[in-house]
Amino acid sequence: MNNIALQKDLIVIGAGPAGLAAAIEAKKNGIDDILVIERDEFAGGILRQCIHDGFGLQIFGERLTGPEYALRFIDEANELGIEILLNTFVLDISNDKKVTVINKDTGIQVYSASSVILSMGCRERNRGAILIPGDRPAGIYTAGLVQRLVNIDGYLPGKKAVILGSGDIGLIMARRLTLEGAQVLGVYELMSYSSGLKRNIVQCLEDFNIPLYFNHTVTQVHGKERLEGISVAEVDSNRRPIPATERYIECDLLVLSVGLIPENELSRNANVTLNNKTGGIIVDDTLSTSVDGIFACGNVVHVHDLVDFVTYESRKAGKFAALYLKNNNSNIADNKDIYNISAQNGVRYVVPNKIHKNNSGIGNVDMLFRVDNVYNNVSVVIECNGKTIKKVPKKTVTPGEMEKVILTSRDISQLDSDEVIIRLEK
Amino acid sequence: MKKIITCIACPRGCQIEVSLDDNNTVTGVIGNLCPKGKDYSVQEVTQPQRMLTTTVRVNNGVYPSVPVKTQSPIPKESIMQAIHELSKVCVSAPVFAGDIILENVADSGVNVIATYNNPKITEE
Repeated sequence: MNNIALQKDLIVIGAGPAGLAAAIEAKKNGIDDILVIERDEFAGGILRQCIHDGFGLQIFGERLTGPEYALRFIDEANELGIEILLNTFVLDISNDKKVTVINKDTGIQVYSASSVILSMGCRERNRGAILIPGDRPAGIYTAGLVQRLVNIDGYLPGKKAVILGSGDIGLIMARRLTLEGAQVLGVYELMSYSSGLKRNIVQCLEDFNIPLYFNHTVTQVHGKERLEGISVAEVDSNRRPIPATERYIECDLLVLSVGLIPENELSRNANVTLNNKTGGIIVDDTLSTSVDGIFACGNVVHVHDLVDFVTYESRKAGKFAALYLKNNNSNIADNKDIYNISAQNGVRYVVPNKIHKNNSGIGNVDMLFRVDNVYNNVSVVIECNGKTIKKVPKKTVTPGEMEKVILTSRDISQLDSDEVIIRLEK
Repeated sequence: MKKIITCIACPRGCQIEVSLDDNNTVTGVIGNLCPKGKDYSVQEVTQPQRMLTTTVRVNNGVYPSVPVKTQSPIPKESIMQAIHELSKVCVSAPVFAGDIILENVADSGVNVIATYNNPKITEE
């Protein structure tokens, strides 16, 4: 094992859209000694397999496909001379910013970084996470894995498919499998609403007459070597299957689109504080984590709807990491002098969780949040010490779509207690 | 006659009501929050269009396929014909993003282009 510590100003973990945007922004803000570490054989992350279009409307004002959106950032990173280490797995990050990596060319190496940006993205919930009874036949996949098999590796993993969960990847794969010649029998959703975007319901299901069943779940998988069929049932208001409604569906592919979880094993090693509710990283308004010099952005903080929003957030992380480095490895504002933001009444979580009292050099703060149910005609209230700082009416809010309220420097100057609440009001 | 269209121009998904007279001429559009919503909903009730994205086979590439898209939207009813034509296409590496993969797909006047690079495989 090579124990010579390799020194870097900034190490970025993951070369997906978050890591690339953060590294590019740090470089543009004067940091030259950057290393981006990526475990896959290509940069671009999940975008490489998201061959559908609709990316980039916010950032570029164009409808790009995932690979095209990724290429813009890969090309820019290359032009700027940013070093991306591919096929390299990060084994550990310590809270003093030692990054242990392994790849087949150099074996295990330990890097020492002045600053680290965590941008590992998220991972799919799988069958184990939702406990579907039955044997373990081949033919049960997460939607993202099916997407990779079809779009990159060139395999069609089944001919008769059922999709559980109406998240975006599940909807996209319903269309994709149909176009590749598979029969998609239906999409079954446990909740009474879809967590996917409306345009995907229209373009991926309605266009191809694929039925969407709400309040349904898979109760059993059948088959020993290969999936032969599944049982589905309606669920009651407690989301328990109603036995009398159970029916059998013959299929050879079950696609699970049942949610994403931030991938934070490495963050835990580094002692970075996580949000218990979402598994995401707790960050402040400079995307700084609880550990000095470690920043975070993208789906590792919270799962975003649009990659464009990941890019915005990651650019900020890159900028503030650069400012940290130029400020002799110290944050531009006192991390102890902060307001805590808590999500209450109808708001499931909010990012950032902390806002600096001294807003100079930070500016407007995008408060990004998700609600815990579908609500109509509500207001988002930002409250401090019983006083309403901001009240924004919303016609419809759903858990599937991330919401945003902007706190301006002026709003922040009106806060007069350490505890700030964001909540919904009828 | 009135038709309700879920707008897909952005993730907001406005419910737009398009009114048509007996000659199928649009007489009114309500419920859209931006001009894109009006354009989309009128298009959707008169001549629906879709972008098509898929993959095509590649010979001697690092990857077995390359992702492609129609350069602009094509008529919705041509999607299956376009997919059928593209299923027969096989190109040779190297392929670069922007390369034309198939001209005038499904007689739509629209070309299909690559959206990613697929370099030629090098023998080690």
